[in-house]
Amino acid sequence: MKFIESFIIAIRSLSANKLRSVLTMLGIIIGVGAVIAIMTGGAGMENYVTSTLEDLGTDILYVQPVNPDAPGAAGMAPGFAIPTLTLDDAEAIARIPSVLGVAPTNENFVELTFGNETIASVIEGTTPEFQDVGNYEMASGQFISERNVASRDNVVVLGSDTAKDLFGDEDPVGQNVKIKGKRFTVIGVLAAKGSAMFGFSLDEMVVVPITTYQTRLFTLRTSSGEDAVQSIGVLVSGPEVMDDVTADIETTLRKRHRIDEDEKDDFSIVSMEQMIGVFTDITGVVSIFLAAIASIGLLVASIGIMNIMLVSVTERTREIGIRKAVGAKRRDILLQFLIEAAALSLVGGAAGIAFGWTLALAISFIAGLAGFPLQATLSPLHVIIAVGVSLFIGLVSGMYPAVRAARLNPIDALHYE
Amino acid sequence: MVELENITKIYRMGKVEVPALRGVTLEIEQGEIVAIIGASGSGKSTLMNIIGCLDKPTLGRYIFDGADVSRLSDNQLAEMRNKKFGFVFQTYNLLPRASALSNVELPLIYSGGLHKHKLAMEALERVGLGPRAKHRPTELSGGEQQRVAIARALVNNPALILADEPTGNLDSVSTAEIISIFRQLNQDGITVVVVTHEMDIASQTRRIIRLYDGKIISDEKVA
Repeated sequence: MKFIESFIIAIRSLSANKLRSVLTMLGIIIGVGAVIAIMTGGAGMENYVTSTLEDLGTDILYVQPVNPDAPGAAGMAPGFAIPTLTLDDAEAIARIPSVLGVAPTNENFVELTFGNETIASVIEGTTPEFQDVGNYEMASGQFISERNVASRDNVVVLGSDTAKDLFGDEDPVGQNVKIKGKRFTVIGVLAAKGSAMFGFSLDEMVVVPITTYQTRLFTLRTSSGEDAVQSIGVLVSGPEVMDDVTADIETTLRKRHRIDEDEKDDFSIVSMEQMIGVFTDITGVVSIFLAAIASIGLLVASIGIMNIMLVSVTERTREIGIRKAVGAKRRDILLQFLIEAAALSLVGGAAGIAFGWTLALAISFIAGLAGFPLQATLSPLHVIIAVGVSLFIGLVSGMYPAVRAARLNPIDALHYE
Repeated sequence: MVELENITKIYRMGKVEVPALRGVTLEIEQGEIVAIIGASGSGKSTLMNIIGCLDKPTLGRYIFDGADVSRLSDNQLAEMRNKKFGFVFQTYNLLPRASALSNVELPLIYSGGLHKHKLAMEALERVGLGPRAKHRPTELSGGEQQRVAIARALVNNPALILADEPTGNLDSVSTAEIISIFRQLNQDGITVVVVTHEMDIASQTRRIIRLYDGKIISDEKVA
């Protein structure tokens, strides 16, 4: 018997029991749907994090203080970290070959006041090279200058959203704002970047000279009493020199901090690439974990298919007897029921992909409303996996009932009431 | 055509062995029309199942058309049923959701031949049901359903048609119709074996084999 005929027989008997077929498929639809929603949502999450981090620049290293006595990554946590970096460290790093710019940066939350308007903002104390390192364009005015840094001027550059919130359509350049009760003159406004980092928009910050920040706003000292720097952004000439520069920074800083050979670093160097890698790993693991939980649904669906196929075989014992009496071989009967189970779960799987995709779109839409522009991505790989898994489930759960049907004795089957 | 030699069939019901046939020896020639009669439990259905390759004998030899079929595998038996035999049952055994035409096509699906519709239609016309080809079994009378079953038995050009109480569920008019179809088919050259317990029907064949308790007790030609 030809395969296509078995297929037609299977489809006919499925459509003869429409409600039952649909209910059985529902298990597969929900199972596959949940897995697809998680996978596509996870891929969207990964893309979002990656592109956000890439917006910050991929040729950048960050040097941060670490408490060498704290175990593992805890040394980087705010509670454990002790300030070890200084502006002189930043200058020393700037002299390393292939380093295009360094941006020592301190940051904190502040309130900004203009007239009666007060808004909360993130303040960055840094140097002129921050503009190159972070790839910022000016919308108007100018960025902070070497002179501003040298003379600890009370000048501030506003992020585009901050400027809009405080001044509306008015040009803020030349106006004065108050930060921690001190008066700062606005010298420039950054062009909008549009990207957000975990809900905090880069357009909502304000930038002041790091010296001003250290002396007038937030004091932070190293153990030797120098003004401390929280992190140093390092712009390098390209990805190929990343490793060399990392090694050079390490040597330079160990020397400057007089760290003995057998002692651990009191700083850490992280590249944007590493951070992207870490986030990609995390989202990958999380979505695989969630998908694994969701695939319990597929197991249940598979039991449902097996159950309904067993019922179907029992119900159609007489039909099997008739088919055998007119010449159907074991293989023909086996194929008929296997195809029926496979068709059941394949159609369910296809509907599940559509359902999961819709679900992922809905989730990304809601996330978009909440300020996370997630782009749910349905990759062909996910579709192939889902179809493959559905087919596999159909065949596995259909096998036992089909074998039972094929083994029936024709006489017993014919006389089954 | 059919040569049975000392055929014995024993059913096992748990630990109890129930003999259904005890040493049946029988020959049926091509072109015959034969009735097998006996009370219920006499083993006549078992005999028919063995002749039709639906069942295997426990002991004995069965030669069909010169070939020993008593030791064939399940798949080879299925092939025999498909190509050599046509079955007609008391309860018609049609697929309830399929049209008369689809029911008649069923053996052709498993023989993998071409022109299924044409052959099935011809078979239906042979039993006078051409106009009802699209009807489902539930839309047909008992007599018509049995004629569909006969068309299904005919469609693969079998050497032998086996009918197990074919008129058991039918009124006298339909019974006469069915019997006359069998006689016509026999005149066309097909060997026919009818299992029945009704003497009226058996007397319309040319040979009556009487079974009692798993043995042949008489085998006589009808005048």
